[in-house]
Amino acid sequence: MARQRRETVLETQDLTMRFGGVVANERVDFQLDKGELRCLIGPNGAGKSTFFKCLTGQLKPTEGTVTINGVDTTGADPHQVAELGVGIKTQVPNVFDALSVEENIWLASRRFHPDKKAAALTAETVERVRLGDIRRRQVGALAHGQRQWVELAMVVAAEPWLVLLDEPAAGMTDEETEFTAGLIRAINETATLIVVEHDMNFIRAIAQKVTVFHRGAILIEGTMDEVSADPTVRDVYLGHKH
Amino acid sequence: MNRWPDKGRLVAVGLIGLVFMFGAPQVLQLFTVINLTTAIALAVLALSLGLVWGFGGILCFGQTTFFGLGAYAYAVAAQNFGDTTGAVIVAILVAAAAAAILGYFMFWGRISDVYLGVITLTVTLILFNLIRRTSGPEYKIGTALLGGFNGTSAPPLQVPWSGAMLFPTQMFYVAMGALLIAYFGCIWLTRTHFGRVCVAIRENETRAELIGYDTRLYKLGLFSIGGGLAGLAGILMANGIGRVTPDLFGLPYAAQAIIWVIVGGRGTLIGPVLGAFGIFYLTSWLGTQQTVNANMVLGLVLIGFVLLLPKGVVPWVMERVARPRRSAKAGRARVRAGRRAMQPAE
Repeated sequence: MARQRRETVLETQDLTMRFGGVVANERVDFQLDKGELRCLIGPNGAGKSTFFKCLTGQLKPTEGTVTINGVDTTGADPHQVAELGVGIKTQVPNVFDALSVEENIWLASRRFHPDKKAAALTAETVERVRLGDIRRRQVGALAHGQRQWVELAMVVAAEPWLVLLDEPAAGMTDEETEFTAGLIRAINETATLIVVEHDMNFIRAIAQKVTVFHRGAILIEGTMDEVSADPTVRDVYLGHKH
Repeated sequence: MNRWPDKGRLVAVGLIGLVFMFGAPQVLQLFTVINLTTAIALAVLALSLGLVWGFGGILCFGQTTFFGLGAYAYAVAAQNFGDTTGAVIVAILVAAAAAAILGYFMFWGRISDVYLGVITLTVTLILFNLIRRTSGPEYKIGTALLGGFNGTSAPPLQVPWSGAMLFPTQMFYVAMGALLIAYFGCIWLTRTHFGRVCVAIRENETRAELIGYDTRLYKLGLFSIGGGLAGLAGILMANGIGRVTPDLFGLPYAAQAIIWVIVGGRGTLIGPVLGAFGIFYLTSWLGTQQTVNANMVLGLVLIGFVLLLPKGVVPWVMERVARPRRSAKAGRARVRAGRRAMQPAE
């Protein structure tokens, strides 16, 4: 059946988030099509992370709506967002420190899959994210980059169709960042992604379409080249870095 | 993944438990056996807190709420029914339901850890004061007078369907059997999907929510099971002393439950049980002498543990027993890896 070529799977309308007098997001209209790998960039305090938290249910927007796959998720709890088949990775690694790498991944997988399939998916994910050597180690004792990967593996093991990643390469070495970029491209083969990032090299490695946030609103959307050519973007963001 | 890596250790615990269960009445005096029944009741209470706090991260300072309610529900129901089998079921259900109701408000209200401790402690102290004031003849449920400060009598357990009362020695068997079943039930529970999610919530509630678990439901489930278990402890306690009094809700038991878990080891199930037995005998022994105040010693024990052995006795011992063996294994693995490295690459 020939469906509409562009299928919007995530949409926000007039999304506004205020903390007291501070406006973190103002009237953000955002659309994400199926199969996209979208990067959200912007300088510190541009409202990327707040926007991300509104999408994942960690924050309840002051105004406006969030729609995921046709379901209104405005003000939904994170577990309700996850139940729609959304995989979420937060900025600071949120993992189960006292549990083993395997147990962390299994818990994520088992939520949506029966026992046997969860075990198989866990084993498969451990291989895929190259955690085989440390699979029995306690996550709390791992290095920062490894913890990031464990969290990514937890996202992958649930087999989500939509993946939301907040700074997946933060604090990683160049080599680790490269591997993470490869992982994200692989995830994109089966899932739609939103990646919030700071690291411009990382974004160049993965980006298809980029949304630039500035002062709580969307400044411009387009390919990396289009965005980099925009004078305002150069001024507010890239200019400081390059 | 092997969920039962400690099968041998568990079998050993079970065997020791059974030997104690059938051996103790043969060698010990009746007075000691009756005393032990009370200690077992407290051990079940410790186990319930060990489950809720150690595996769910729910710091319930008022686990005695469900302990006392279980004991009172048993006594009142047994006096009314004239039969104790139904009373046991009623008591466990009352305790579990109370935990479910209290838990609903706390978990859906997103109460943070410290306030959760304060609220549960307040609830048990409110019940303590409330029941203390029920001494008049107008305070009765069915035919059972609540009796205020003096409490009310708890009819001893009967053999189901025959109505024959249990002797103290038989009561000891029942209590010890209940403790063993409860202990292994808790072990099993913590290794099911449900139990593992509870541990995950203890570790990081945000992450548990982000991977799609409604953490409130899991905490409510665990808290209710813990409440029911504390209710069972209350039934055994009522049988051990033959009466139920408001003291069951009081601060001494509420605080001791926390001490048992801290001393024995949070995050283990055997720890709180051993902690309860150990402290019970320490306080009984201290009670027989006049030189030092028992509560002061308890306080010192608690301070000592928090400062020197914050994880508790059982995890401390396990670390010392397990570490040499694990490092030996790692050493062997390293040798093997070394050998492999020496072989030519494909």
